[in-house]
Amino acid sequence: MESQQDILANIKRRQFWDFVFALTGLMSLLFALITLITLIVDLSLTGVPRITLDFFTSFPSRFAGKAGILSAWVGSFCVMITTAFCAIPLGVAAGVYLEEYSKKNWVSQIIELNIINLAGIPSITYGLMALGLFVYQLKLGQSILTAGLTLGLLVLPIIIVTTREAIRAIPNAIREASYAMGASKWQTIRHHILPYSSGGIMTGVIISLSRAIGETAPLITIGALTFIAFLPTAPISDVPPFINLKWLMDPFTVMPIQMFNWLSRPQAEFHVNAAATGVILLMMTLIMNGGAIYLRSRFRKKMKW
Amino acid sequence: MRRLKERVIETVLFLAAASSVLVTIGIVGILVVESIPFFEHVTLKEFLTDTEWTPLFENARYGILPLLSGTFLTTVIALLVAIPLGTVTAAFLSEYVRPAWREVLKPILELLAAVPTVVYGYFALLFVTPLLQKIIPDLSGFNVLSAGIVIGMMIVPYVSSLSEDAMGAVPSHLREASFAVGASRMQTSFRVVIPAAFSGITSAYILGISRALGETMVVAIAAGMQPNLTLNPTEPAATITAFIVQVSLGDLPHGSIGYQSIYVAGLSLLVLTLCFNIFGLWLRKKFQEKE
Amino acid sequence: MELNLRAEVKNLEFSYGEKKVLNGITLPIYENRVTALIGPSGCGKTTLLRCFNRMHDLYANAQYKGEILLYPDKRNILGKEIDPMEVRMRIGMVFQKPNPFPKSILENVAYGLRVRGVKKQSFIEERVERSLQQAGLWKEAKDRLNSPATALSGGQQQRLCIARALATEPEILLLDEPTSALDPISTRHIEELIQELRKDVTIAIVTHSLHQAARVSDYTAFMYLGDLIEFGKSDQIYTNPKDQRTENYITGRFG
Repeated sequence: MESQQDILANIKRRQFWDFVFALTGLMSLLFALITLITLIVDLSLTGVPRITLDFFTSFPSRFAGKAGILSAWVGSFCVMITTAFCAIPLGVAAGVYLEEYSKKNWVSQIIELNIINLAGIPSITYGLMALGLFVYQLKLGQSILTAGLTLGLLVLPIIIVTTREAIRAIPNAIREASYAMGASKWQTIRHHILPYSSGGIMTGVIISLSRAIGETAPLITIGALTFIAFLPTAPISDVPPFINLKWLMDPFTVMPIQMFNWLSRPQAEFHVNAAATGVILLMMTLIMNGGAIYLRSRFRKKMKW
Repeated sequence: MRRLKERVIETVLFLAAASSVLVTIGIVGILVVESIPFFEHVTLKEFLTDTEWTPLFENARYGILPLLSGTFLTTVIALLVAIPLGTVTAAFLSEYVRPAWREVLKPILELLAAVPTVVYGYFALLFVTPLLQKIIPDLSGFNVLSAGIVIGMMIVPYVSSLSEDAMGAVPSHLREASFAVGASRMQTSFRVVIPAAFSGITSAYILGISRALGETMVVAIAAGMQPNLTLNPTEPAATITAFIVQVSLGDLPHGSIGYQSIYVAGLSLLVLTLCFNIFGLWLRKKFQEKE
Repeated sequence: MELNLRAEVKNLEFSYGEKKVLNGITLPIYENRVTALIGPSGCGKTTLLRCFNRMHDLYANAQYKGEILLYPDKRNILGKEIDPMEVRMRIGMVFQKPNPFPKSILENVAYGLRVRGVKKQSFIEERVERSLQQAGLWKEAKDRLNSPATALSGGQQQRLCIARALATEPEILLLDEPTSALDPISTRHIEELIQELRKDVTIAIVTHSLHQAARVSDYTAFMYLGDLIEFGKSDQIYTNPKDQRTENYITGRFG
């Protein structure tokens, strides 16, 4: 039988180690958060003063002070639109199929396993695939379309997974209520499943686009140019049918590539440009992710089944 | 008519789902097809044993070892940072922090994974390296150490978030059983929660390893893109991914040996990633059998 | 035979945030006796039981008022200055659903000793054997001490959990509906075990089954809506309750 004193000493000792462990945990968490803050502050201190209106309306230049990101942000914008057009319909459709239609058989198992594995495939191999397939086999060239398709495929798993999660949160009672009214499967999906899961799907779309906007390696691999001093063809023309899709086949650069280009030069003035581009990129991704987090929490609160 | 429409819709949706498999097939297929001609020039033995990788030089050498050593070194440094930090953070969030706080802290932590990698490259080159040079004066301006550390910080949320999910999924009745015999939080965490969540934690580590192996921009920017057969982290080196970027930046005629070499590099990376994933699966299986 | 107090609940109030669950409970727990807590669902019997080893402290918003004195030293185990670890080292608990750790049988029973820092293997093995014997599991388990506990049947798992709680020689053993997840045969096993154990240890048991309470307990406390309605010797409570509400419950008019 242990004495009361032994017990108390034993507890003191364990309380001490418990405290040490909690402190280590807190330090690890803080270290990660401080790294994030340091990164933001360091980048901003260098970059923010460089962000003027001219910076957005100038093409890159040999002179650091005159250079801007006009072609880069227009390029990023065009690539994002193409990515969204490619990934959203495909991803949502795949998500709907896997949750609402797929039966438990080997085909669906392969698809499921494959989606999990896609998350672990390095992004640069998507670029290699795109270079071989889109650029050379399909002769799409080093164009906005190739870039959009590449990034679209890259973020496809994110959209599929979030779509599935959103759909899975809808209770079966809703489906049964719809079928009980005589609705077909597709009607149930269109009138109930898709509207109710739209918040969750939106979250996935935003997260995937924020991932795509920062991607650099696969676009370098498909041969995106780093020095572009012109804009893609305007999407509107003065002759019928007035809408012009020629821009899809134009060469392009994007903000992360522009940043990389400036960063790889030895002169510090160009590093300032890189920092400024970095600030803009970082703000965009942080705002998009913040928006997604907000949307997700609001969606969770609103939907009380 | 209505039946037909339903059938058509189902088929279209199925094709969308199946397209994700086509992506995998596409990646593997293209990498293999474009790599085959490479081995008409280079023997497998040379590829695996030669100690230099200079495919774009006049008298080219085709040994993958320098790229492997670079990749290996950055990954190890990244994991030395990410696994302890990520695991301890996960245990702290899961076992010590109130749920309301956890809901706030986890998404903020996940922002670390949302920062574009090129921004991390900037951070490694222009913040971390100068900082490290104050401690290690003869650290080269381009070095593996700083790139590895920054990649480690970048993958902390992958490790911590998934590990925390796994720990959170450990049923609370196991925790209660542990507390009921007088265990402390730390004891409960180490002796019950972490072993019970081992399978999920392994997946988190494997995803972290996959990210570290495939990370490109940070090494391309901060580690110097010079193939270098070394295990000294203070020197510059190139990883498989950095090499692909370096070659892609130049002019690259379709079918040239340079073009083939990036596919061989990409294929090696994919095989490497695959090996680690299989190792992870095996580890989980083995542990589950033991239980 | 003289009765000694093992613990005493005094004016215990308990609430979860705003919600009050126990409104001032006063109750004696006698040494080497089995005390049953009965009452309809939501009456607070499990909540009361979990106060005894501070299980509520694991979750936010738990508030205690009043005291539980542990004899012989009359320490108030609800005191703010007392670490719940100390309480749980002295009072063991077995839960509704068997909850063995995904470890070996041996490690499950040894767990309490290991977290106390006991290193001596021979001592641990000896204690494990004794606890398993007390819990009536030794015969079935002695040849498979190193195989996983999760492979045992439900009834065996619950006896393992009892052995786990006994291994640290608790002063009081709390049983929270220990047979609610078990089949009739395993239930009978556990009930026989309780009868055996009361020679060595004081037991408080929450149960849904009046028959079980009548079979195993010496004293019974009937609770209703967070109040203790009636406390007394079990034979008296089940044959001749004083309070109308107790009678209604016992005769099955609600529950």
